[in-house]
Amino acid sequence: MDFAFTSEQEMIRGQAAEFLRRECPMNLVRRVMASEHGQSDELWGGMAALGWMGLVFPEEYGGAGLGFVELAIVLEEMGRALAPGAYFSTVLLGGLALMEAANEEQKQRWLVPLAAGKLKATLALSEAEERFGPEGIALKAERRDGGFVLNGTKLFVPDAHLADLIICAARTSGASKTDEGVTLFAIDRACDGLKLTPLKTMDETRRLYEVSFEQARVAPDCALGNAGGGWPVIAKILDLAAIGLCAEMVGGARRVLEMCVEYLKTRVQFGRPIGGFQALQHRTADMLLLVESAKSAVYAAACAAGDNSSETPLLAAIAKAYTSDAYAWIAGEGIQLHGGMGFTWEHDAHLYFKRAKADEIAFGDATHHRARVAEMIGLTREAGIPDQEKVDQEKVRSAG
Amino acid sequence: MNLRRTPEEERFRDEVRAWLAENLPRDGGRPAFTESDDMGEWMAFLKRWQRGLSDAGWAGIAWPKEYGGRGAGINEQLIFTEEMARAKAPNLINISIGIELVGPALMHHGTEAQRRRYLPKILSAEEIWCQGFSEPGAGSDLASLQTRAEMDGDYFIVTGQKVWTSWAEFSDHCILLARTDSSAPKHKGISCLLVDMRSPGITVKPTMQITGETEFSEVFFDGVRVPRENLVGEINLGWTVAMTVLMHERGTSAIGYQIRLRSELDELMELAKSVERNGLPASDDPLIQQKLAQSYIEVEILKYNIYRGVAQIARDGKPGPESSIIKLFWSEMDRRQKAVAMELLGLRSQLVKGSKHAVDHGRWQRAFLWSRAGTIYAGSSEIQRNIIAERVLGLPRG
Repeated sequence: MDFAFTSEQEMIRGQAAEFLRRECPMNLVRRVMASEHGQSDELWGGMAALGWMGLVFPEEYGGAGLGFVELAIVLEEMGRALAPGAYFSTVLLGGLALMEAANEEQKQRWLVPLAAGKLKATLALSEAEERFGPEGIALKAERRDGGFVLNGTKLFVPDAHLADLIICAARTSGASKTDEGVTLFAIDRACDGLKLTPLKTMDETRRLYEVSFEQARVAPDCALGNAGGGWPVIAKILDLAAIGLCAEMVGGARRVLEMCVEYLKTRVQFGRPIGGFQALQHRTADMLLLVESAKSAVYAAACAAGDNSSETPLLAAIAKAYTSDAYAWIAGEGIQLHGGMGFTWEHDAHLYFKRAKADEIAFGDATHHRARVAEMIGLTREAGIPDQEKVDQEKVRSAG
Repeated sequence: MNLRRTPEEERFRDEVRAWLAENLPRDGGRPAFTESDDMGEWMAFLKRWQRGLSDAGWAGIAWPKEYGGRGAGINEQLIFTEEMARAKAPNLINISIGIELVGPALMHHGTEAQRRRYLPKILSAEEIWCQGFSEPGAGSDLASLQTRAEMDGDYFIVTGQKVWTSWAEFSDHCILLARTDSSAPKHKGISCLLVDMRSPGITVKPTMQITGETEFSEVFFDGVRVPRENLVGEINLGWTVAMTVLMHERGTSAIGYQIRLRSELDELMELAKSVERNGLPASDDPLIQQKLAQSYIEVEILKYNIYRGVAQIARDGKPGPESSIIKLFWSEMDRRQKAVAMELLGLRSQLVKGSKHAVDHGRWQRAFLWSRAGTIYAGSSEIQRNIIAERVLGLPRG
């Protein structure tokens, strides 16, 4: 066991940090925030030139074949820089969905250009009923004329306006609220019957959309994997995406702490730098404890994901529960410790505060993931009070 | 970066595991080491147990062979500590003072004669050590200590008072900080001495703790003669010695705390299934589930914090003040976990050992009370936060 970064991994971090310092300074972040699409083609092109979109995908699809730990390192630096744009949605959502669910022909068609930075993608999962399990997926895909017709609405779809490909979870069979009958479709954004509506959110570095389907026709070869067997794949993608998001969050939390420490060393009140006051020192010590502990959780989860370990879901839930609380609190302190300046639009503290809030609730908040941990460590009773949903599932199974 | 054990590490773990399975004292199949109420009896048992460990080469895994150690690395130390805790084996006696404090102090600052004289007997538990640092007027501000050591020929004459001295009644030696130059600035007139606890002029007065136990004592020194050769490091540079040992990585012993916290949590989860709230098992209550899951999350993250610290030491060979983060983390989470234990037990949580209706002989209330000690001893949480802010984050001194 060697739970420290190798010199190669340190080098990847150094290069990522250097690239982002040069190509993604805060004035670029603010420019992109204010722009219509929230994306910088130059930044995207630079990331593609470094091979970041293909970093975690196998060489046979044009990727670099590196591991999840390396991906987490790059994401951490991106979160630190508050990098805007479609990297996360393309690689962690669209890319991993293709990697996990697509057949060989589909991978050649979509994953290869994605890994080269030539295709952007996202994942459309959430719906009006905000649930993170299979029961949250009700959007209907009906078989018609050898293909499928989709009707329904997805919410909170990241970067849907930038994505060439929208991967959408829909119900092809089975009663709603069961984990069977969920299918993933890779849909061209230009598809007829597909409509995008921007959702205006606090965090302007990342755009979210409503994606609605009205009689949208999808070709049969756009279904990923076995029809109806999509849920386990989605569950896996959600774990990996949560770990990736946590890596970004750790980077952001690190940056907030750096800003605070810098400010406390230079801001003078009562004739001395305020960093000498214990009330503030102790706050920064608690922030560091949270940052370091969140790092440990995320790195452990990234190691498990890289090894395809059975521990991955538990470690993902641990990381997301802890990091969600930690980043939200740290980003709040980031405003508080900068005083009045911290409440101004001009200061960067609010950008991290808003990103922290968006990240905290994405893929389930801390309470949701603690409940998952409770279930995975055997605190909830499977065999106790009969669960009506499970009874219904059994009926469906025996009938089908 | 990975969390996979190498084949060598697995072999080492199997070896430890096999030895423990063979040698853990048992009584008709049951563990035969329930902590006794009689401290003397318990100490005698622990000494016998450690003698066995030491003879088999398990004490001082990362210590050099010439001082009775195994000469292995910090990874092996970590594995050994994990296996001991997992087997619920009694811990090495005197680990926090003899092994982790006197050991590094002598290895870094002692003379060769001192190392050969003292180190092997720490590992074999033939000699028990206590620590004479804190005083009534010198707690967090340790450098303001007033106990004096004045030169008289080949002896220091020590006069003063120490407090919170754990195991003083059972100790053979004391590692003592005393003022040898009262005219120098407070950090620069302190020396570190090794004192024979049987010397004339030493009085030990046990102090009763909030648990009703007397694990620590006040120790009075009245003209105690200490040979000059018992000086550790240079005269008036005792503060450097103290800082070396206080900064000494306790990462591998923190894994012992981690596993204890985890095993107590496992018991709490079982307890939650057996106690009722509003007519249902407490484990069905979503609030209880959230709290136990949070404790699980913290305890597991503590483990990965320790692994990361250990991997860093294995790489750089040097611990940093980051160990303050680990101390702060485990002691604070211990308090949170024991508060959940008390909440689970409801009205019965207040019942102590020997009371009718007491759950598990009142062990959870005892652990609850003990959890208030961890955030005070070995540098309070506030001192740990000062260290983190000033030495890790580089903020100006308050």
